[in-house]
Amino acid sequence: MPLIVANIAKRFGDHIALDGVSLEARQGEFLALLGPSGSGKTTLLRVLAGLERPDEGAVSFGGEDLLAMDARARRIGMVFQHYALFRHMSVAQNIAFGLEVRPARARPSPAEIRKRVDRLLELVQLEGLGGRYPAQLSGGQRQRVALARALAIEPRMLLLDEPFGALDARVRRDLRAWLRQIHDETGLTTIFVTHDQEEAMDLADRVAILRDGRLEQVDTPEKIYESPASAFVFSFVGEGVQLTGDVADGVLSVAGWRTPAPAGTPAGPVMVSFRGECADMLPAAADGLPARILTVSRRGGSSRVTCEIGGQIFTLEAPKSLTTPGVEVRLAPHAVILHPR
Amino acid sequence: MTSRSPTPGAAALILAALSTLGLLVVLPLAMVFHEAFRQGLGAYLAALAEPDAWSAMRLTLLVAAISVPLNAVFGLAAAWTIAKFEFPGRSLLVTLIDLPFSISPVVSGLVWVLLFGVNGWLGPLIQELGVRVIFNVTGVVLATVLVTLPFVARELIPLMEQQGADEEIAAITLGAGPWTTFFRVTLPNVKWGLLYGVLLCNARAMGEFGAVSVVSGHIRGLTNTLPLHVEILYNEYDFVGAFAVATVLAALALVTLALKSALEWRHAGELAAVRRH
Repeated sequence: MPLIVANIAKRFGDHIALDGVSLEARQGEFLALLGPSGSGKTTLLRVLAGLERPDEGAVSFGGEDLLAMDARARRIGMVFQHYALFRHMSVAQNIAFGLEVRPARARPSPAEIRKRVDRLLELVQLEGLGGRYPAQLSGGQRQRVALARALAIEPRMLLLDEPFGALDARVRRDLRAWLRQIHDETGLTTIFVTHDQEEAMDLADRVAILRDGRLEQVDTPEKIYESPASAFVFSFVGEGVQLTGDVADGVLSVAGWRTPAPAGTPAGPVMVSFRGECADMLPAAADGLPARILTVSRRGGSSRVTCEIGGQIFTLEAPKSLTTPGVEVRLAPHAVILHPR
Repeated sequence: MTSRSPTPGAAALILAALSTLGLLVVLPLAMVFHEAFRQGLGAYLAALAEPDAWSAMRLTLLVAAISVPLNAVFGLAAAWTIAKFEFPGRSLLVTLIDLPFSISPVVSGLVWVLLFGVNGWLGPLIQELGVRVIFNVTGVVLATVLVTLPFVARELIPLMEQQGADEEIAAITLGAGPWTTFFRVTLPNVKWGLLYGVLLCNARAMGEFGAVSVVSGHIRGLTNTLPLHVEILYNEYDFVGAFAVATVLAALALVTLALKSALEWRHAGELAAVRRH
């Protein structure tokens, strides 16, 4: 059952939260909504959950008009950044809640509910903790309870709003792998909101990048990283060098370096981008972008250096040989990405 | 830390606090009971068995029984509206709720006289309808409701604001309807604050003097509440009677306190778990 989001717009007073967003997700797809804060990603998630009504646009799921249903009828599981567990209920009661509030004819028997709660506790690896209260659990455990609670209603789709945002780095990494595993087991269409590009690129089948309420690019993590649709996407999903340049007569000039522009590049002002690992660092006599090393931090086989190029400071991975602070070098990118500016 | 014995400085402070408390709270309370029993148990019981005393007790309980549920419902609704929604006029509403706290109880009584008295704005209208407010039980109830209006709301607003609306939103996504959400999520989360607000509200409703004094007219056996009755007896130099009735008020207050402590003690574990969250 595919999810089709068509031309969704939403404003709050003068602020435009979503400005005509169209998006599709396949059945069982793991889609990440990635963007800086204020980009509209959480608003879009809330529209899908039925917690926010869009001003324009349509949302359908498996051919059904989602906007015509209110939140409680959608059967969409939602996991919140701050867990939103019912603090006065035990873990088991939290998980059972969605089943117990069903109308009598659709409600499973108490024994069946108990069985399902046990199965979910096992799925989220919290066997034996059903009697605890949320306050007695760690952040990671709470979020697993929240996920079990959302899964208990046998949702048709799973929405996660920065689910690991409140957790520390180590727990985040563990839960990330585990979440992907749960997704693969349940086969649920999952939409995941995050501002952490690493998390999105690690987890998702496809990543949708939002900026100021508009969709910049929807693609697989590899495509997003290798061929970003805009200079913004390039800088948002990873580190690299990004400079203003100009193309004229087939020649690209950037920070005092002139090189043939890629074939077919139209003339005009451009944004020049390349990743650190796609460039060689050469001695100052070679042909390339002039750069000066500022600081070096050595770790393992390579070094992380900050260097100054054209008056701006960038961070790059570099081989050890050339990395001494103060040294002038040349950066020779294998390929540059150009976006008009 | 908890098992450390107090330093001399701390001991002096504790002693000072205890003696102040003893002087200002325990001693007057003991005096009330001492005076009430000055002429023996027989005189005490006789004073309580007096029909006017009985009627004052009944009226006081009736007034509390009406105004406390009313203000509990109002307080819940107001706190819910203020804490879970943003709307124009929100801070004005908060100020209005606080108003009865900041104005003198005498004024809270007087407004009803100005509104519903014989020469009041709405006086002629309600006279035509055959309703009496001033010098009547209705007036006593109205004055008490006004004075005790903020207690429950004030207790719940900060609590609900701090809890936010996340749990309610989660409940809705899990398929719960508005009433289910209210009774299974919102209400349990504030039940201790609500209980505390109700107890405070009740104590004040039974003990209110100023506002009630203005509207009641002190008609014995009809519009006299316990505090008014105490004053009347005292002014008539019936000290045993006055203090005997006062012990009933004090006892009601003590029962309220005991009830609160008992509930807190019984649910200590759950309370701690919720507060830690």
